[in-house]
Amino acid sequence: MISVRSQDGGLVVAGRGAWTAHFAGALEQEVDAALAAHARPATVEIDLAGVERMDTFGALLLERLRRTWQTSGVVPRVTGLAPKYAELVEEISRTGQEPPPPKRRTEELLERIGHTMVDVGKDAMALLNFVGATVAATWRMILRPKSFRFTSMVNQLDQVGFRAVPIIMLITFLIGAILAQQGLFYFRRFGAEIYVVDLVGVLVLRELGVLIVAIMIAGRSGSAYTAELGAMCMQEEVDALSVMGFDPVEVLVVPRILALIIALPLLTFIGSMSAIFGGLLAAWSYGGITPDVFIERLKYAIDLDQFEVGMYKAPFMAFVIGIVACLEGLRVGGSAESLGRHTTAAVVKAIFLVIVMDGLFAMFFASIDL
Amino acid sequence: MDARTPARHAEAVIEVRDLVVGFGDRVILNGLNLDVYRGEILGFVGTSGGGKSVLTRTILGLVRKRSGSVKVFGQELGTLNEKERSLMERRWGVLFQQGALFSSLTVKQNIQFPLREYLHMSQAMMDDVAFAKIAMVGLKSDVAEKMPSELSGGMIKRAALARSLALDPEILFLDEPTSGLDPIGAGDFDELIRTLQQTLGLTVFMVTHDLDSLHTVCDRIAALADGKVIAEGTIATMMAAKHPWLQAYFHGSRARAVFGAQG
Repeated sequence: MISVRSQDGGLVVAGRGAWTAHFAGALEQEVDAALAAHARPATVEIDLAGVERMDTFGALLLERLRRTWQTSGVVPRVTGLAPKYAELVEEISRTGQEPPPPKRRTEELLERIGHTMVDVGKDAMALLNFVGATVAATWRMILRPKSFRFTSMVNQLDQVGFRAVPIIMLITFLIGAILAQQGLFYFRRFGAEIYVVDLVGVLVLRELGVLIVAIMIAGRSGSAYTAELGAMCMQEEVDALSVMGFDPVEVLVVPRILALIIALPLLTFIGSMSAIFGGLLAAWSYGGITPDVFIERLKYAIDLDQFEVGMYKAPFMAFVIGIVACLEGLRVGGSAESLGRHTTAAVVKAIFLVIVMDGLFAMFFASIDL
Repeated sequence: MDARTPARHAEAVIEVRDLVVGFGDRVILNGLNLDVYRGEILGFVGTSGGGKSVLTRTILGLVRKRSGSVKVFGQELGTLNEKERSLMERRWGVLFQQGALFSSLTVKQNIQFPLREYLHMSQAMMDDVAFAKIAMVGLKSDVAEKMPSELSGGMIKRAALARSLALDPEILFLDEPTSGLDPIGAGDFDELIRTLQQTLGLTVFMVTHDLDSLHTVCDRIAALADGKVIAEGTIATMMAAKHPWLQAYFHGSRARAVFGAQG
């Protein structure tokens, strides 16, 4: 691309070929090599008569030759530049005069830990604030029932409730079956296979049914809420609602959370039944416990309390999932990355809070002997 | 005006012949013919929803055509293999209407993205290129480290233009470049396009609604209606055209304000 020769005590750099983007990588290496080999020549002539084509990349490298030699006190003479490229070369020589701005700083580990701690505190406040706003909006709706967005809620109910039924049934069915199959192997050692019915019944109705369904819904519907609201934030739809005099919480959040509060107990019921059915089939095929024996034992093993304990938890978990998902959605900023980050945060926080709540409920029910 | 008009024998870099594009049972472009010559700025106008963007997207290969041919640099896009296509795509730059900057990258990274993909050069060289392009589109160098969400509308357009120029394309597609800019910003942007076109020897295909842009920077105008190009030529040709839509467009109150006595 370039050839360097000495002539009359000075240096002649002759360019040839295409000084374009495609060859810029190779040209750059040759330019840097020439600059390294001849740090301080007496005079320099850059002869461009052989350069057939030139674009910004070539012009930038020409500029690099010129500037580097200029800073070491030699002013190169440029000859043979085709007139049609004169404007480009001149334009490029005007650029790059400003010093580059400082790079974006990435945070140190300790700094990140500090910021995360502060953020956790802020998150807790924001959550509390949002719970307040939601309750206030719900209260306003109770006072003015006409303003309730019934259609919107039914639509959400369809999305998060009805359409979730198949996957919830499938997952809980499998978990019930696995639970029974695993339980059988241990109870068989004691000759107490029949107790597998107690295991499945109590565990599913009290704990697992609602927990699995809540976690599934946090992943399935919570993330959908965050993504929907986040996309609306990015398109300024939420701002549009505000300036038209609507409260975004009332219009967007309350119907969604109410839909979840209705859907989650129903899904929990369906899921629990499906898990028990899975357990029944596994007990039948692995342990030879026939369905009529299974059901007879189930009647004896569980009472209504077990069932109620599970069902009481469902609406509270729905509330937490809905609040966290909607809050994260409304905090989405301008970028696609921000949408992804908040969706992840919503699912992680919702699942975390669901499990914490389950623990709190366990302590509460234990203390009231339920 | 005449000095800018390319000679008739100029090489056509984009040739569209009998192009038909439709979605479902709706036909958007119906037998469209268009030539874009090397070194010109072509303004493309048309009814809203009439298929201006569809034509641009068809030329770029984002929308499938039903029949007809679209040749860019004399090559039919559909017949190219993957490698040839990638080489072709490096010869054009596209400025989308909303900028379409990658929101998770800084402006500098946005500009360097195609460089990193296609060319093998040092980071120092890529930085030089990025800062040169940023300066060429009239932005300050501190914009380089900003995220797109931290920029104003006009700055986004300029940064996106810098990215579309990253590989020194021969053809530049602009989709409504001045929409959403104030009149001063739009005027500056028009001037910038003219300067860049001259400096870099670009061919510019510009979809626009801005009568000022048509008047000040476009060498030639093509008008789209009913799925066809109904008129091609200078402003004077457009003013003289008999088609009712052109009459309304170039003789409306806004047009009179721009073209003054000519209208």
